[in-house]
Amino acid sequence: MTDLSVRIGGLTLANPVMPASGTFAEGLGEVIDLDRLGALVTKTITRELRAGNPLPRVAEVTGGMLNAIGIPSQGVPYLLEETLPLYRRWTPPLVVSISAPTVEGFATLAAEVSVAGVAAIEANISCPNIEEDGRAFAMRAASTEAAVRQMRAATGLPLWVKLTPNTGEIAEVARAAEAAGADALVVANTILAMAIDLQTLRPRLGNVMGGLSGPAVKPIVLRQVYQCARAVRVPIIGCGGIATAADAAEYMLAGASAVQVGTASFINCHAMVEVIEGLARFCEARGIARIAELTGALRQEEADEDDLSWVSPAP
Amino acid sequence: MSAAAAIPAACGGFRPRAAEEQAEVVANAAVNAEYRHLVVSCSALAAGAAPGQFYQLLCPAPPGEAPYLRRPMSLYGADPAARRIEFLYKVAGAGTRGLATLRPGETLQMLGPLGQGFRLDPAWKQVVAVGRGAGLATLGPLAEAAQRAGIGVTAILSARRPELVLSDALFRARGATVLTVTDAEGTSGPAHVERLLRGLMAEGRCDAFFTCGSARLLRVQQSLARAFGLPGQVALEQQMACGLGMCFCCVRDFNIDGAIVQKRVCRAGPVFDMMEALP
Repeated sequence: MTDLSVRIGGLTLANPVMPASGTFAEGLGEVIDLDRLGALVTKTITRELRAGNPLPRVAEVTGGMLNAIGIPSQGVPYLLEETLPLYRRWTPPLVVSISAPTVEGFATLAAEVSVAGVAAIEANISCPNIEEDGRAFAMRAASTEAAVRQMRAATGLPLWVKLTPNTGEIAEVARAAEAAGADALVVANTILAMAIDLQTLRPRLGNVMGGLSGPAVKPIVLRQVYQCARAVRVPIIGCGGIATAADAAEYMLAGASAVQVGTASFINCHAMVEVIEGLARFCEARGIARIAELTGALRQEEADEDDLSWVSPAP
Repeated sequence: MSAAAAIPAACGGFRPRAAEEQAEVVANAAVNAEYRHLVVSCSALAAGAAPGQFYQLLCPAPPGEAPYLRRPMSLYGADPAARRIEFLYKVAGAGTRGLATLRPGETLQMLGPLGQGFRLDPAWKQVVAVGRGAGLATLGPLAEAAQRAGIGVTAILSARRPELVLSDALFRARGATVLTVTDAEGTSGPAHVERLLRGLMAEGRCDAFFTCGSARLLRVQQSLARAFGLPGQVALEQQMACGLGMCFCCVRDFNIDGAIVQKRVCRAGPVFDMMEALP
């Protein structure tokens, strides 16, 4: 039996698989056993009450989907009084995703959600759908460092920082987040994108632009996990187009300590459970005692014939 | 959904309330120039649906297209004993074009039943069901549920042409009175439907409204319901991604005591209090 547990900045997870923020709610617990997951991650909340973006909020594209939901949020009291009690019935650690329009707002919200029942905070400094023209704190190292430093001072909980793929400076941003006190990095949010309806000549999203997710983004975000893993020492949680154990194994080999599954759950509610089971089989088939050994185990030296058999696809 | 499904399992085992599974196609044939009838064989959990609930179908890819997301589809018929459910669908896009390619014996990945269905009050003696378009399919399962509850039904079924009316045989087989109204005959306009409804109300045959598929017929029923203090339920459609309340893509505005409130059609609905709906 492979030891599937992983350490993510002071938190031990029973396995490295959890939902991506925004693609998960308690409704999934009516279809799969949420106690099998490594962690649970809430939809992003803001202090402000937000209605969300105009419809349509989702558009199907080749190899995935665009979304511009716009973070509808019912604020902190709703989280404390409704959401947290609801999640007490499940055992995996609960990660609360937060966002704010300002650095100070991030810090205030981080303090407000640092309560019993919350195991870690995921700082969504990378949503492409709430700021004008898709901007986000995580596009630049300086704004990332400012936001993370203030949050670090405001909470004693493990602080995960979710980066954006919409930057040419992801390694610098990763280093800035680490230097400012992030306990882990989530790499990454969705890729800023758009689509046009040729019948109506209108944008296919009410917000015009949105975030691309699904299998189409996997090779891009996998590369960014690799770049971040070379840049920082804190654990990285890979997130981008993961639908199968093979996808998750690639992310771990590139340097991720854990993975988030998002869009895949929309078309296969059992995707996360299948990733956990498939990763266990992958490790057992190769005699890997601890799944954590996969992290960063990418081989880059020239392979000879015997080595190539080791990297054959997962059963 | 059976009552037992909501009770936690005795020995801590997980018991799902909606089934995600590979259903087997039993039949998939055209019923008229626009709609097809799909019958699948599935688990008892999947077949234990209430009228008005829906399923998420992972449609196979038709030639040259690749639908990615699942498609929500309202229930047309459920037979828990035979473990079968039925859908009526119109081929309108990549997903339904893919569905149309399914042949008996092939499998269809499916999640359900989902959402809140129609509720029948045992105090009601006679109700009215008014449907058009996809609503003709969505209202279909009400016929059997009402018959079982001893509630009489008058179904007003609206379509462009008489040959495009659906569910009329289903309603008649369950003892309902069927009135068809069509654009071709000039009988489907809101003024005429209102006259029909007022006639039924005068005869004491409308303790509640059930409707789906037409915004203007919804408005007619809302104004009658408001004027005469009658209850009503409406099944609403909306684009969906997850179907489980996770993505917040299917929200609609509702009027709750004068305030505009957004609700997810997949979780709070698809069946809503008719008076809250904004057509």
